[in-house]
Amino acid sequence: MTALAAPAPRGDAPAAAAPLVALRGVAKRFASGTLALAGVDLDIAPGEFLSLLGPSGCGKSTLLRLLAGLAAPSAGRVAWAPGHEERRREIGFVFQDPTLMPWASALDNVRLPLRLAGVPRAEAEARAAAALARVGLAGFERAWPRELSGGMRMRVSLARALVTRPSLLLMDEPFAALDEPTRHRLNDDLLALWAESGVTVVFVTHSVFESVYLSTRIAVLSARPGRVAAELRQDGAPLPRGPDYRTSAAYAALCRAASHALAAATEGAA
Amino acid sequence: MNGGDEGPLRRAAPALLGLGVLALWEGLVRAYAVPDYVLPGPLAVARALAADWPLLSASLLVTLEVAVLALAAAVLVGGLLAVLFAQSRWLERALFPYAVVLQVTPIVAIAPLILIWVDNVTVALLICAWIVAFFPVLSNTVLGLRSADRNLADLFRLYGATRWQVLWLLRLPSALPFFLAGLRVAGGLALIGAVVAEFVAGAGGSGSGLAFRILEASFQLRIPRMFAALALISACGIALFALLGLLQHRLLRRWHESALARER
Ligand SMILES: Nc1ncnc2c1ncn2[C@@H]1O[C@H](COP(=O)(O)OP(=O)(O)O)[C@@H](O)[C@H]1O
Ligand SMILES: [Mg+2]
Repeated sequence: MTALAAPAPRGDAPAAAAPLVALRGVAKRFASGTLALAGVDLDIAPGEFLSLLGPSGCGKSTLLRLLAGLAAPSAGRVAWAPGHEERRREIGFVFQDPTLMPWASALDNVRLPLRLAGVPRAEAEARAAAALARVGLAGFERAWPRELSGGMRMRVSLARALVTRPSLLLMDEPFAALDEPTRHRLNDDLLALWAESGVTVVFVTHSVFESVYLSTRIAVLSARPGRVAAELRQDGAPLPRGPDYRTSAAYAALCRAASHALAAATEGAA
Repeated sequence: MNGGDEGPLRRAAPALLGLGVLALWEGLVRAYAVPDYVLPGPLAVARALAADWPLLSASLLVTLEVAVLALAAAVLVGGLLAVLFAQSRWLERALFPYAVVLQVTPIVAIAPLILIWVDNVTVALLICAWIVAFFPVLSNTVLGLRSADRNLADLFRLYGATRWQVLWLLRLPSALPFFLAGLRVAGGLALIGAVVAEFVAGAGGSGSGLAFRILEASFQLRIPRMFAALALISACGIALFALLGLLQHRLLRRWHESALARER
């Protein structure tokens, strides 16, 4: 059964395990004066699949960069659970573009994080090959990025993000540029990887359907300056989800709820 | 480079055009009975080239040696400076204007000074050719080092890459296509620099490079030999350009847009 919650005001979520990362009153103002985020409160629970759903330009990418430590908040705190402070070994990042090194083979691209961490070459290559196999690219180790299709490049990017066995996987609209069948296949494979590895995922998207299909929880962001306007959870949705879920009543209902929440959040700030 | 539509005819077009022009030239020279000391025909030039080959080939080696050494020095100094500039904005702001000054000052104006200051003529020629050749290497490489993908740079930061790792694994590979484009320009400039400097030095009565042979032949009114030396310089320039183009293609063909053979 799908436990379907109506858009709940923030803070009403049932208290889960101690969050992996907690954002409190986070704001980001750029030097240009743009206020991208204001008053963001968000807990990221270990093991969850959280989607950040919001209109274009509302600060989703900025929020991910703050989580990754690539930028500092101008106000508020990004606090990690004890034992997880050594962030760089804990995070995988997937951008909207595959962001591969065009001069390196698929294997060398995936090996990069290990190489930067000083893992011995033989071990790093074995782990990179295993990561490639996990995303369905066994046999493409020696392929160059330009020889791969858009979907396969994104898989390489995903393998690179997973090769360090991160506890937190940040994904910034990773499938937005792909065609629909490819996107659906990658959605399913991502869910399988998530279930198998136990990684916590924060997934940025502007697609209601994608967020509903993938997540255990959706945080709807308001238009700029972004803050969490509503949260939807679907803890009980049967996993693994498949093509049947896309046509189920529960899926349709949650899509409707998420669309309303998104519309309300967008208008509320406009 | 993008093979698809290049038939053999298209490929041979430049050579055919060249042959046509040579034939026309020879025909006109004969038809109007132009004397050799005004304008020799291509056959007369070829005869001079064959007859004077020992002399000209020795001079060719001298000029080529200067040009190639200058190019090597340009790569070394231009490349190293570019890496330094990429590491420190401050250094770039302090030094780059002087590189520009060197670049925009005509080499014919500096060459006499350098020939006075530097006793060894070969070294003086080398310095002149180097001055002309190093700027494209420097400016292109600086641009290339700065144009690494931003998201990739973020990724390196996320994984705690050292400055050295960022340079070696990200910035240098990103700069390679830019560097090679600069190198191709620098190759031609090194040859021009060597020849110009030889002209200046030759007026002082020393040197035995191709430029000096041209001067010497013009004093002696041996116009076919002048043309033969000129043809050798051009051939050298073309060969250098083609060689560097081949290098560029070899290094980039696996991954860079500029060198991809498009399949249709
Ligand atoms: N480095 C930056 N400097 C100045 N403004 C920025 C910068 N990055 C993003 N912004 C601005 O912040 C806002 C949010 O951007 P972003 O986080 O990329 O939105 P989203 O990913 O939701 O589309 C936008 O208005 C954008 O123009
Ligand atoms: Mg974005």
